[in-house]
Amino acid sequence: MNPEAIKSKEIMQGSAAIAETIKAIAPGVIAVYPITPQTHILEHLARLVADGQLKSKYITVESEFSAASVIFGAASAGVRSYTASASQGLLLMTEVIFNMAGTRLPAVITAVNRSLSPPINIQVDHQDTMTLRDSGIIQIYVESIQEAVDTHIQIFKIAEDREVLLPAMVCMDGWILSHAYEPVTLWRDEAVQEFLPPFDPVFQVDPKNPLTYGALTDDDKITEFKYMVHDALIRSKEKIKKVAGEFRDAFGNYYGDVIEKTYTEDAELILIAMGSMAGTIKAALEKLRAQGKRVGLIKIRSFRPFPDQELRTALAGAKAAVVLDRSFSCSSGGILGGEIKACLYGQGGPQVINYALGIGGREIYPETVLEIVNQSERLVESGKIPPETIFYNLNRELL
Amino acid sequence: MKLNLGGVTEAGRSKQNRTGNWRYFLPVVDQKRCNGCGTCELFCPDSAIEINNKLCLINTFYCKGCGICARECPRSAITMQVERGVAV
Amino acid sequence: MQTDLKKNYLAPGHNACPGCGVAIGVRLILRAAGEKVVVVSPTGCLETFTSPYGASAWEVPWVHPLFENAPAVASGIEAALKYKGDYETHVIVIGGDGATFDIGFGALSGMVERGHDILYICYDNEAYMNTGIQRSGATPYGATTNTTPRGKFSRGETRPKKDLLEIMRAHNLRYVASATIAYPQDLARKVKKGLAIDGPAYIHLITPCNLGWGINPEETVELSRLIVKTGLFPLVEYEDGELTSVHKLKNALPVEEYLKKQKRFAHLFEEENAQMIAEIQKMADQNIKKYNLAG
Ligand SMILES: Cc1ncc(C[n+]2csc(CCOP(=O)(O)OP(=O)(O)O)c2C)c(N)n1
Ligand SMILES: [Mg+2]
Repeated sequence: MNPEAIKSKEIMQGSAAIAETIKAIAPGVIAVYPITPQTHILEHLARLVADGQLKSKYITVESEFSAASVIFGAASAGVRSYTASASQGLLLMTEVIFNMAGTRLPAVITAVNRSLSPPINIQVDHQDTMTLRDSGIIQIYVESIQEAVDTHIQIFKIAEDREVLLPAMVCMDGWILSHAYEPVTLWRDEAVQEFLPPFDPVFQVDPKNPLTYGALTDDDKITEFKYMVHDALIRSKEKIKKVAGEFRDAFGNYYGDVIEKTYTEDAELILIAMGSMAGTIKAALEKLRAQGKRVGLIKIRSFRPFPDQELRTALAGAKAAVVLDRSFSCSSGGILGGEIKACLYGQGGPQVINYALGIGGREIYPETVLEIVNQSERLVESGKIPPETIFYNLNRELL
Repeated sequence: MKLNLGGVTEAGRSKQNRTGNWRYFLPVVDQKRCNGCGTCELFCPDSAIEINNKLCLINTFYCKGCGICARECPRSAITMQVERGVAV
Repeated sequence: MQTDLKKNYLAPGHNACPGCGVAIGVRLILRAAGEKVVVVSPTGCLETFTSPYGASAWEVPWVHPLFENAPAVASGIEAALKYKGDYETHVIVIGGDGATFDIGFGALSGMVERGHDILYICYDNEAYMNTGIQRSGATPYGATTNTTPRGKFSRGETRPKKDLLEIMRAHNLRYVASATIAYPQDLARKVKKGLAIDGPAYIHLITPCNLGWGINPEETVELSRLIVKTGLFPLVEYEDGELTSVHKLKNALPVEEYLKKQKRFAHLFEEENAQMIAEIQKMADQNIKKYNLAG
């Protein structure tokens, strides 16, 4: 850690840490709408604005649909803009998020992951953000509160880069990261400002240069417009890597670039996961390694852009990849699992075992991981890896 | 021409469109009756009328022939004349 | 009549139907508003006929986001301009009745309740025209549309039009007014007033649709005059809650004069539906009384 950049080191709640970081990033426009477990972020921001510590226009909208729309408008006028949401709120934003990506507006959203209704449930899983995966938004999933803090600083730089210009989302697990208290290092405002150049858009809404936004297009150009979003998202991968490196140089912290590898070099079995679950798996890995088991972990930081080539390379020597999904697509199965299978298909990589688990806050303990590793080893040995997703600990007695 | 980022497009480029070829009826101005009051210009949905020195000029490149100018002219100085085919 | 401002901020060559009431309305609005504006429009006819990529008709900055979020996007633009220290540029939303009365109503209510300095103009053609004439909350009693057709058991729209002017008044706006394209000076004056006040303002503008109403292209302006002259759509103005102007009618015309010109009301003239015309006349009479139009 770069001691010069440190503002404070204290045990604090994840939401407070995020709000304090947003203050350092200083967006011009912040739109807010409450939903559990994101609410503490916006309440903390409100206090910062009320005390004059944060000069942003703080807009208390009447829905998440409008929260996303307000930051769409602000970004179109060339101003850095931000909101946070979760679950139903993120889904209500869906149409606007597609519109932001297509219009190439780099607003940033903190997604505090939570399950979707019904039944209504306020606990964590990844169904909300995974459902937005096709929109063109950048999605980085984080493992710890510190990573959430640091990723917020990085993600504005990535999204606002003229070669990227896409909306972006930091996905942090509800409760486990938003409400937990951990030791957190906060960075000095000046250090953040120095790292993060001002937003300098290519186009902006301005009477001095009247432009038309949101034009109508026919089939002669529409594939190309959509391809440009696809392509920009793919190219943002290099930017994510670069900015992760720059962040390490400026602040000293590093969490991998698009993926993070733990004990993968010699691993026969590689677990793949996103979010706070990665921390649990790391704890389990220590036990497994102590038992001499060649098991490793790939934590996916950047789900969008999808780290396909990086995964293929990292998985090349493994016998099996065990993908742990915190969301699934009905009738098709784990979303991450499906994408990893597609990315490995025909490339001679490992076999893929896919689990869905941790839905609606069902706890994932280190023991859960140990048991999954055990099961997976048996499946590899038996040669009977099921092509479909395994719903871990599904209670059939209730069905 | 390369596409602009995000579909952002330049102002006023509709001017290249010859909407005059939608027209069946052509407004013809009786300049003796017309006093250049500009009512027609105000109501023209297609910005196809210009009042210049009290003279009413119809821009046939754009005029779609809706006939509002003729209907609204307070001096009945504009008549719609069949230009091509028959409107159905 | 004088045309003080000559510049067209809505360029020719757009794709509106011949005689489009919306195109007339927007030309007049933009002239009154001048150069220092940003316009936001929801999806709808206006958006469609003005904004093909590479052939935009807008000569002022214009943003089309989605069908239901123009007021929120405008809120973001207004906040961003103010954040940058730009207190001169006016933000205007020009949106259809479907966007305003129905799908974007929550966003509009939020925008005005929060007090954004934005002029919202609803161009009301009384149905979803862009998708081919389906009813909206602004479709008047008795009108047929493609979702309220005349049928064995149907006489068109069964409900009266939502009274959005009153709903906007209930938001305590500093400026609320109604206008039609038949009175350009009146409209221009109202636009300027709406822009001049600090905070949100709302103007309800009638813009007839030839196709949707079943009238001839040359009748657009005339119909937007008749709707006033029958008392069905009074031209009024509220400033700081007070009714400050009313367009008086010496002798209001019977509503038939307005209805009979439109195919969407043709069935009302069948004998069995005479009662419906009486109902509509009652609505006009209520307006005349409410605003003392004849006095
Ligand atoms: C979310 C959503 N629902 C439906 C539509 C389809 N749609 C586009 S325009 C429109 C009707 C617009 O009606 P109005 O606001 O009255 O404007 P008009 O076309 O009459 O000018 C509809 C239903 C859409 N674009 N987006
Ligand atoms: Mg309409």
